[in-house]
Amino acid sequence: MATVLTDQGELTVAATNGLFLSAEDAERATGWTLKPEGMCRDDLCVPTTVRDGRVDVAAFWRAVGCPVVNDAAGEAWVLGAGAQQRNAALAGLTAPDFTLPDLTGTPHTLSALRGKKVFLCTWASW
Amino acid sequence: MIVAVAEESRGAEHARPWIEQAGAQYCCLIDTEHRVADLYGMVNVPQAVWIDEAGHIVRPPENAGSTDHFRLMDRTTRTLAPEHQSARLAARTAYLDAVRDWALTGRYALPADAAMARLPQITPEIALAQAHFRLGVWLRQHGNTAEADVHLAEASRLHPESWNMWRQAADLDEVGKASGEAFWQRVHALGDEPYYPPPDLASAQD
Repeated sequence: MATVLTDQGELTVAATNGLFLSAEDAERATGWTLKPEGMCRDDLCVPTTVRDGRVDVAAFWRAVGCPVVNDAAGEAWVLGAGAQQRNAALAGLTAPDFTLPDLTGTPHTLSALRGKKVFLCTWASW
Repeated sequence: MIVAVAEESRGAEHARPWIEQAGAQYCCLIDTEHRVADLYGMVNVPQAVWIDEAGHIVRPPENAGSTDHFRLMDRTTRTLAPEHQSARLAARTAYLDAVRDWALTGRYALPADAAMARLPQITPEIALAQAHFRLGVWLRQHGNTAEADVHLAEASRLHPESWNMWRQAADLDEVGKASGEAFWQRVHALGDEPYYPPPDLASAQD
């Protein structure tokens, strides 16, 4: 089993030959759907290497301009956000949303604060 | 509404003493993966973003009132000359006054075109650096220190402007190392460049 880290979170998948995943896991990891034309989202399809019904997700992710990094054992994979995706999100000036825990582990979501001004500040102990 | 995010890969228990000592009555969140820095293109702490009632960024990431006076500190006695202490306090006060003014009156919010002009530009190298950083933090959490540090070092190589990445990696290696000799060498290498670029408040008044 391998762990895939994405913008949506962390998921566990059965990976073979690097990051070849079942169509179902490929969709969970990427948000794109395997069709005869390739991996598709909305009206867009990207030709993709498929072997025995399994998708080469790392190659696909790089083909759409996003970074892929993995550990030597092939047990942990990061499907990162592309620069274009990050810049486009900021250019709209809508504050990118996130959910993070407080000290008790209770999750808080930025967009739940709509209707109030938010002073979002970072700090660190180091 | 204040949301204070700890960029803290060691986790909540490491941030807790600071939050409790501050007696924080505002929302304090723990960000082990530095997700906020990734989403907003932040490179140092403290950095802040101002978000209006509609969820729009009205001031992109900027240094939240810190100054470079620490670079003038006597490092043996860890003291700062009184005039530098007061200049540092004045800059912090000016920034916090601007935050309060904005909360009450809306002043200091930037128009959309000015806000867009100040957005950080995320390069493919930075995007790749974020992926390496995230894997490094994950590997650290799972006990694979040696391999983690390779990815954390690669993140800093790809994104050298990020003090967050470099200092977090140093801290994960050893608490205190983030402000040790190697840190001061990096600060010295900035030369005339600021470590904390002053927030430009003047151009946004009214």
